[in-house]
Amino acid sequence: MTDVPAPAHAPFRLSMLVNDQRYRSLTFQVIVFILVMAGAWWLVDNTIRNLALMGKSFDFGFLWSRAGYDISQTPIPYTADDTHLRASVVGLLNTLIVAVLGCIAATVLGVIVGVSRLSKSWLFARLMTVFVEIFRNMPLLLWILIVYAIFTEIMPPPNAYRGDDPAASMIFFDHVALTNRYTAIPTLAMTNDPGSLDLGARITFNWATIAFVVALVGGWFIRRAILSHAQAVQDRTGDRPVTWWKNLAIMTVPSLILIWVFGLHFEAPSLQGFNFTGGLNVSNSLVALWLALTLYTAAFIAEIVRAGILSVSRGQSEAAFALGLRPNRTMNLVILPQALRVIIPPLISQYLNLTKNSSLAIAVGYMDLRGTLGGTTLNQTGRELEAIVLMMLTYLVLSLIISSGMNIFNARVKLKER
Amino acid sequence: MKKSVFLGTVAATTVLASVAMAQEGATLAQVMERDELNCGVNTGLVGFAAPDANGNWTGFDVAYCRALAAAVLGDPEKVSFVPTTGQTRFTALSSGEVDVLARNSTWTYSRDTDLALDFVGVNYYDGQGFMVNRELGVTSAKELDGATICIQTGTTTELNLADYFRANQMDYTPVNIDSNAEGEQQYMAGACDAYTTDASGLAATRAAFADPESHIILPEIISKEPLGPAVRHGDNNWGDIARWTLNALIAAEEYGVTSRNIEELVRSSTNPEVQRLLGTTDELGAMMGLDAEWARRAILANGNYGEIFAANIGEQTPIGLARGLNAQWTQGGLLYAQPFR
Repeated sequence: MTDVPAPAHAPFRLSMLVNDQRYRSLTFQVIVFILVMAGAWWLVDNTIRNLALMGKSFDFGFLWSRAGYDISQTPIPYTADDTHLRASVVGLLNTLIVAVLGCIAATVLGVIVGVSRLSKSWLFARLMTVFVEIFRNMPLLLWILIVYAIFTEIMPPPNAYRGDDPAASMIFFDHVALTNRYTAIPTLAMTNDPGSLDLGARITFNWATIAFVVALVGGWFIRRAILSHAQAVQDRTGDRPVTWWKNLAIMTVPSLILIWVFGLHFEAPSLQGFNFTGGLNVSNSLVALWLALTLYTAAFIAEIVRAGILSVSRGQSEAAFALGLRPNRTMNLVILPQALRVIIPPLISQYLNLTKNSSLAIAVGYMDLRGTLGGTTLNQTGRELEAIVLMMLTYLVLSLIISSGMNIFNARVKLKER
Repeated sequence: MKKSVFLGTVAATTVLASVAMAQEGATLAQVMERDELNCGVNTGLVGFAAPDANGNWTGFDVAYCRALAAAVLGDPEKVSFVPTTGQTRFTALSSGEVDVLARNSTWTYSRDTDLALDFVGVNYYDGQGFMVNRELGVTSAKELDGATICIQTGTTTELNLADYFRANQMDYTPVNIDSNAEGEQQYMAGACDAYTTDASGLAATRAAFADPESHIILPEIISKEPLGPAVRHGDNNWGDIARWTLNALIAAEEYGVTSRNIEELVRSSTNPEVQRLLGTTDELGAMMGLDAEWARRAILANGNYGEIFAANIGEQTPIGLARGLNAQWTQGGLLYAQPFR
């Protein structure tokens, strides 16, 4: 573009909004903005007017009315007398439970499979390839249904554990029972229960739990202090004090004392009436959903991990080997830290996918947010629009939180250019 | 920019279109123009609505759809059956996906008012019951404390179940399922101790089992479940057509009009009410925008209420339901069609 000197004070004409380069892009942006806003207004206005015509209003008052239905897995106390809002919160917590469990397991499995695909063992590497291709290329919903069907059809009903000569027997020293409804696992019980901290709204935390968390977190900080002290001593004198027994003691002794004080022990589930009681019944719908989400997402994570490792130049591992590092130390100390920079950004997407995919829970009757707010509540109150809007906002906020959290982590591990 | 305006227009027209449907007389005009009735039915409940091996829908609710299609369009075959689950049924109706919902749905206050539905009558008086395996040794619902119970989500039965167990100070674990078929599968696999739904639904489900004898339906009926067809609020003309088609089937049984003797009665009946019903006098059909013979065709489609009951769910069928509350008022039941005059 050649420079054309413009007259100093050209009179402004309306046609310049389109013809003059200086104003043109702004003009069009304003027009587009007005059109988009008008479109949005049109949609909202239509919706409100049409809802009124159908005799429906748009308000969230239904959240405070009695829910009336029961939920099988309730992380916080909940009965049918509670509000739809509390039912939705229970659903959200169930979503979070499966999402967090899924993200952890998928990451562990994904890293193992991704690294194994590059293994020197031909058979092992090929098996992992098969795993990745099978899980990546079939719809998630099918995996959820298959896993659930397997649990339902293969496991014995709780009935089978009854009688003097039962058809099924509990495993792990009579502590775990696998049934076609749930896995009954032992819970921790206390002989000296210190009571609970009431947070209001019937949400309580046991003092014992708080004590353990304080002991472990405190222990971790003390351990860091010991290590930095050791480092300081080493820097000053060249001798590193022996720290392993201090660390071990800090991390275990307080917990052992707490276990002894509270009289902590396992309480095995036992068959009472129709079902196992006394322990914790982990429903098959949760396990099926968790397992399917894990396997499916792990296949994608494995590919991301593999790509990350391959992105680290061969020279890095050759140099590490030349220094005499063993292969798995090379992987842990040299390759993976560098690969993380490539791995983490796409990993964020996988975590988001897993969280959103957990809404397929309804297929196996796991009452997550989609099952409570978007399922029964929506259906019983007939508030489709409100429930869906609320659900979309919740998933949006959830995704943004995960995304920003992971981005902070990414900023910490990415290559720092100074 | 073009794209967003285009999408906006499409979305807006969709919203507008759904309103057009709720206007007076619009549903009838649409059904006429389409020349097909969209009828929302169960995804598969033998006896009430289920496709047979050839894909033909049959059943008690299906018969109502066919009678309505015959009354409006003159042909009982001009029905497109839309299978709906407990969760999708009301949305399907209010969004205009179906013209009428005949899916053993309970007429409740909140559905009539808050969900903006119009129930046009009751075609089956039902109540919620429990089915258990005989081996379990349970003989009463009061013994179900601690049991795992399969329940279809989004139904009134889900709410009744919660209320019943609370009222009797008992605990249970719900297994939430989406359709009757899924419930049947879970129940058969022993993933739940008891299956609960309307007693008629239990009988229908049990009839489809390989060994119906080994399952018992407990004596307790824990709720009132008046089941009936529903239409949208707002189009009263269409509501009238749906209501009076059901009434015509019930009245026909009361007056002894059957699919076999109807032609003869058209010619020879001296009962003025039968004459009005069959359109030989008074032109009742015109008052709803139909012709005089609408009720005649509705009855001819599958017979009167009694014939439909006997053919689909009656005691001669595998489902084996007695008329009970669903007998005519003259026989000690609750069926009572409003007069045709």
